[in-house]
Amino acid sequence: MKLQTATRLGLYATLELARDPERTLSAADLAERFGVSSHHLAKVLRTLATAGLVQGGRGAAGGYRFIGNRRRTTLMDIVALFEPAPGSRAKEPGEDTEIGGALQRVLTEIDEIAEATLRSVSLETMLKHPM
Amino acid sequence: MVAIRPAQASDLSAISALDERLTGLSKPTYWQDMLAPERHFLVAETDRGDLAGFIAGEIRAWEFGQPAAGWVFAIQVDPQIRLKGVGTALFDALAARFQQAGVTRLRTLVDRKDHLILSFFRAQGMVAGPSLQLDMELP
Repeated sequence: MKLQTATRLGLYATLELARDPERTLSAADLAERFGVSSHHLAKVLRTLATAGLVQGGRGAAGGYRFIGNRRRTTLMDIVALFEPAPGSRAKEPGEDTEIGGALQRVLTEIDEIAEATLRSVSLETMLKHPM
Repeated sequence: MVAIRPAQASDLSAISALDERLTGLSKPTYWQDMLAPERHFLVAETDRGDLAGFIAGEIRAWEFGQPAAGWVFAIQVDPQIRLKGVGTALFDALAARFQQAGVTRLRTLVDRKDHLILSFFRAQGMVAGPSLQLDMELP
């Protein structure tokens, strides 16, 4: 499964901050930890803040901390902030043909399994049982 | 706090009633069959002796070509006493019985749209197993 860069950064940042909700980390701290762009991470953190998962971040050096619920937040909740909703996908050319429809059913089956998996893993589970 | 003990015939009506309340389906014969000696059928009981939940399973070897594993067939907890660790206590008790019987793997099947139960098993440390379930409607 391929996640967009923003999704991956969103998951990294949320899980790292959720490890210790008392701790404050800046976009630069997180970027250094995961070896990614701090500019990109700052944008991702703003999305997470709007969603009520993290709080903080005044100025470039401003720190963020986790304010969500570790047990109630699933990986899917974060993925959904950055990836298009499954139902909102535009129709691909050829999808209305018999072969196109059959292929789409296989791809939908894969998406449903991926979504069930992401929805069943809470941040708490992820941090308690690193797989 | 709840106490975990093996289910007995006198528990069947409460088990059947709790399951029917949660699933909308009445299956008393199925629960009766779970009392068979090769099955592991446990109940969680409150201090007042009321049913808080139950779990049922069995050790099966070579089903679908797989070596022996402890299967969890069903688990239900009274919604009014959820989030108090009853499900985890039942799960741990069944896992301990499987381990005593020499089994080192636990396995179950879950409706992929039932996020509650899927999350519960995930929180116990379970991950996707080696098999993929396939299914079709017969004409």
